[in-house]
Amino acid sequence: MLEIKNLHASVDGKEILRGINLTVNPGEVHAIMGPNGAGKSTLSNVLAGRDGYEVTQGEVIYKGENLLELEPEERAQRGVFLAFQYPVEIPGVSNVYLLKAALNAVRKYQGQDEVDAIDFLTLVRDKMKLVKMDEQFLHRNVNEGFSGGEKKRNEILQMAVLEPALAILDETDSGLDIDALRIVSEGVNALRAADRSIVMITHYQRLLDHIVPDFVHVLSQGQIVKSGDKELAKELEKSGYSWIHDAPEGQTA
Amino acid sequence: MTDQSQQLESITQREYKAGFVTDIEADSLPPGLNEDVIREISRIKGEPEFMLEYRLKAYRHWLTMDTPEWAHVHYPPIDYQEISYYSAPKKKDDGPKSLDEVDPELLKTYEKLGVPLDERARLAGVAVDAVFDSVSVANTFQDKLAEEGIIFMPISKALKEHPDLVEKYLGSVVPYKDNFYAALNSAVFSDGSFVYIPKGVRCPMELSTYFRINAANTGQFERTLIIADDDSYVSYLEGCTAPMRDENQLHAAVVELVAMDRAEIKYSTVQNWYPGDENGKGGIYNFVTKRAACRGVSSKVSWTQVETGSAITWKYPSVVLQGDNSVGEFYSVAVTNNMQQADTGTKMIHLGKNTSSTIISKGISAGRSQNAYRGLVRVGPNAENARNYTECDSLLMGDKCGAHTFPYIEVKNPTAKVEHEASTSKISEDQLFYCKQRGLDAEDAVSMIVNGFCKQVIRELPMEFAVEAQNLLGLSLEGSVG
Ligand SMILES: Nc1ncnc2c1ncn2[C@@H]1O[C@H](COP(=O)(O)OP(=O)(O)OP(=O)(O)O)[C@@H](O)[C@H]1O
Ligand SMILES: [Mg+2]
Repeated sequence: MLEIKNLHASVDGKEILRGINLTVNPGEVHAIMGPNGAGKSTLSNVLAGRDGYEVTQGEVIYKGENLLELEPEERAQRGVFLAFQYPVEIPGVSNVYLLKAALNAVRKYQGQDEVDAIDFLTLVRDKMKLVKMDEQFLHRNVNEGFSGGEKKRNEILQMAVLEPALAILDETDSGLDIDALRIVSEGVNALRAADRSIVMITHYQRLLDHIVPDFVHVLSQGQIVKSGDKELAKELEKSGYSWIHDAPEGQTA
Repeated sequence: MTDQSQQLESITQREYKAGFVTDIEADSLPPGLNEDVIREISRIKGEPEFMLEYRLKAYRHWLTMDTPEWAHVHYPPIDYQEISYYSAPKKKDDGPKSLDEVDPELLKTYEKLGVPLDERARLAGVAVDAVFDSVSVANTFQDKLAEEGIIFMPISKALKEHPDLVEKYLGSVVPYKDNFYAALNSAVFSDGSFVYIPKGVRCPMELSTYFRINAANTGQFERTLIIADDDSYVSYLEGCTAPMRDENQLHAAVVELVAMDRAEIKYSTVQNWYPGDENGKGGIYNFVTKRAACRGVSSKVSWTQVETGSAITWKYPSVVLQGDNSVGEFYSVAVTNNMQQADTGTKMIHLGKNTSSTIISKGISAGRSQNAYRGLVRVGPNAENARNYTECDSLLMGDKCGAHTFPYIEVKNPTAKVEHEASTSKISEDQLFYCKQRGLDAEDAVSMIVNGFCKQVIRELPMEFAVEAQNLLGLSLEGSVG
């Protein structure tokens, strides 16, 4: 599904990603943890194709294609989805409008007809149940005036509608109250599938209690310094990140 | 410059889809303006004597006036002797009685512009008057409207068939002395629509006029007059396009609306005159005086405009709120791109008691264009409890364009409440990236964000035209991202 090899990227000449290696197979769920400023959001932005990042070394292969050569919308149409750490407000544009435009963009790439209005509403209503969102949110402007938690839920609604092959969730759990965390996690779990991979960035074990990952990676100072299974996250929860830094070079990556 | 701002730049490099020329034989007056030319225009049109006298008075007054220079627009002086003041497609007799007699080339032209004149093909519920250069070439649904006593016809025809009505109201809202272009228009105006809605009648369909400039070196001087008698209602829409030419062409219009007791007029414009190329070569100079008189008590006039075309737009659709409890509204979207310049806004003149007005202006600037909102809210000494709410929002795309706001407020009655809100924003790269990450290409993303920004205005348009306006907004900014 996704193969990241020795990825280096910088912003304004400052190197942020310093040789990331990561392989994600279909159906796997990977959690990426790591201290603030480690480069987690940078990695997801580079994968999604955001402007302003310069890839200086390495490559990213997604479904056999060189991902880094594609425009952001081409990546999205091919099934790469990023749930934003900070979802953006778009005044005057209704949520349902964006959802429909997005779904049609993906369908067009796949050579399918545009979805008709009735079918679309049926589909969206269905998906809204998955994240227990009230229908009024369809007609509100995209993220405008949404609470922090509502914005995050809205990201997962978009994911549910678009059914991506690779979903990158950047701190989808932060800002969620306990009930919302459970609801969103159930939503994500329902979307787990043999042909869908999920990379979730998080700071907290509690998310991993709900969405149990196959692999856990620690990203620190632009490198993956440790990888393991779900037990690694529990250790981190107990001891923090400092013990990883103390470990001698070479044994970590 | 980042990729996204380059993209914004290129989305604004658009293609103008209405830029073709119709190959049709025309009768035109040679360029130049003097009293003989005016007499000739009046003679060709077979006008009553009062009209010729009015034109000559206006012309003599115009000679004493100077070009206005206060607007935030720049252009070389216009040589009024180089313009032809009359051009009409050649025709056999006295003009087409039915569509069968309309030149097929003309029918094709309107078809291509998306304005089929065939009543069967036409959107149900929209009557069209098609003005081609200086004359009306087709006018649909006249019979159906006549059943209700509604008059909807070219003003040149109304001058023959209803001279009293025209004489009574023409110039009563915009006198020829009003301003330079109004004086010029009053002297040489060619065609436009005349509408009269009798007492108590709700016009059963949208009335619309489609203005097309075709001939080169010709000015178009539209004159439109709409009268809504007591307790009547009408919704009127005008659309405008012109071929792509390297020379600038002048469209100097005067539109007058009169609303009597409890009458309501909704006037919508989708203006898409040729804007010139990306270096500012060619394009229409759109110098327009539009004004409504809310003469009756509880009368209401709404102007809604979507202005995407023209090299220069100079226009301030205004409402004089004379009747007590009358209401004036102005909803505007003005898009400027490349080298376009727009100075547009409104005047709300509160004279009667309990009068209220709303102004919603959305300016979108891209390329190296300049976009100014200029608005006046005046509350006279007798306008007890006058209310105004103004909201002016500007959206900038790229960093080479300009947005300007010139609000003037004059309040002579202490009970007035006048509110003004203004904002300037940019399409953020975050918004663009967010939309692209959901699969939308840059153009669709910009079009969606811009339409969101303009929503308050677009929703005021009649349904049939809202979609057209939305597409046009997207097209106008095509190339500014990409
Ligand atoms: N546009 C930018 N300009 C300058 N520095 C940047 C920019 N974007 C990211 N950085 C820097 O890169 C580093 C990594 O940031 P990133 O957002 O990827 O961290 P993160 O791991 O997601 O942190 P958090 O857990 O706080 O979300 C930080 O030091 C940040 O300040
Ligand atoms: Mg982050």
